[in-house]
Amino acid sequence: MVLMRRELALSWGRGGGPMLAVAFYAAMATLLPLATGPAPSQLAVVAPGSAWLALALASLLSLERLFERDYEDGALDLLALGPAPLELVAAAKCLAQWITTAAPLALAAPVAAVALGASTALMPLICITALIGGLGFCFCGGIGAALSLGSRRGGLLIAVIVLPLFAPPVIFGAGAIEAYAGGLDWRTPLLFLCAYSLATAGLGPFAMAAACRNALS
Amino acid sequence: MITSLAIDRLAVSRGDRVLFSGLSLNLAAGQAVALVGANGAGKTSLLRVIAGLIRPEAGEVVFTDAADPVAPEDARSRDLHMIGHQDGLKTGRTAWEELLFQVLWTGGSRASAEAACQRLDLRRLLDLEVRKLSAGQRRRLALARLIASPRSLWLLDEPLAPLDAERRAFAGVLMREHLDAGGLIVAAVHDPLPVEARLFEVGA
Repeated sequence: MVLMRRELALSWGRGGGPMLAVAFYAAMATLLPLATGPAPSQLAVVAPGSAWLALALASLLSLERLFERDYEDGALDLLALGPAPLELVAAAKCLAQWITTAAPLALAAPVAAVALGASTALMPLICITALIGGLGFCFCGGIGAALSLGSRRGGLLIAVIVLPLFAPPVIFGAGAIEAYAGGLDWRTPLLFLCAYSLATAGLGPFAMAAACRNALS
Repeated sequence: MITSLAIDRLAVSRGDRVLFSGLSLNLAAGQAVALVGANGAGKTSLLRVIAGLIRPEAGEVVFTDAADPVAPEDARSRDLHMIGHQDGLKTGRTAWEELLFQVLWTGGSRASAEAACQRLDLRRLLDLEVRKLSAGQRRRLALARLIASPRSLWLLDEPLAPLDAERRAFAGVLMREHLDAGGLIVAAVHDPLPVEARLFEVGA
């Protein structure tokens, strides 16, 4: 689809694109041992959880520009007058965001967690949960981005709207990893994580389109 | 294809201020209307109401195709072009990338985009980033979209403002052709349009 190609190209270049999010993530992972102390036993315990926290924050970074740029330069008018409804446009934007930001982060997350002392056996699961959770972060964050259209300092507003909604994926995502590491049942939290991401992907576009229409009028 | 546009007792307000109410206007294929009025009278708002971007307080906009009413969403997603103050071109991409996207998005093809560039003498500009284009050049890109993807109702907001005299005359030629092919034009203007058009005062 022509829109998807454009959104991918735009979000690849948007505010530094994936490199910025990955660099931010790496910086967070580097700061953590400085804050908690470098004792390996301590770090290994918090590694999966903090990897997830950093993931949630890193995925907030480029959300501000998701709709804001199109709103400011009039492209949102054009998108509203196209063959696809705004709901589809919003979904395409979030998918592009997922591919260009969440996917690189999902590759970086296991590396960071292992560098902090998590066991290498956790790497595949960390990558998978980060990928699934990233989908939820993108669609949920997109709602915040659409709601904050037209407000000054939208980025801060997005963080305030969206961070509480990021609680479930952080709980389930980090929970699945902890459970796996502890030899407990890790499938249930993983399924909850999938449910959360699919629900936001299913419902989010409607909320985003409504918020965009409201901002346009 | 839209063959007529009927606006029936429309009322629009922005915030607490009523811009106009009881506004009615009819337009048939091959006709152009020039909206005139003071700054802030509501010309742009009227265009945005027709495009469905602003909801009116009262009244309705009806599109018809040879006496059959067309659902407004269909008419707006298939058969309506709008050129506003902002052209939606991303400054970091090349003129060709942006034009091609806009043309494909509004129902044209790669070939029609190339033909439109040829006609509007844009070929030299296509490899440049949009940020390097002047206001007039950006407007010509927007006009290229109009002719590259055929849609019958053109909503133009100050279409000629950034253009030089020669390009204005040429834009007049494009509008004339569009009307002759059965198109409709609603334009908000301060200077007269280069085609025959009914004057309609907004907010009087």
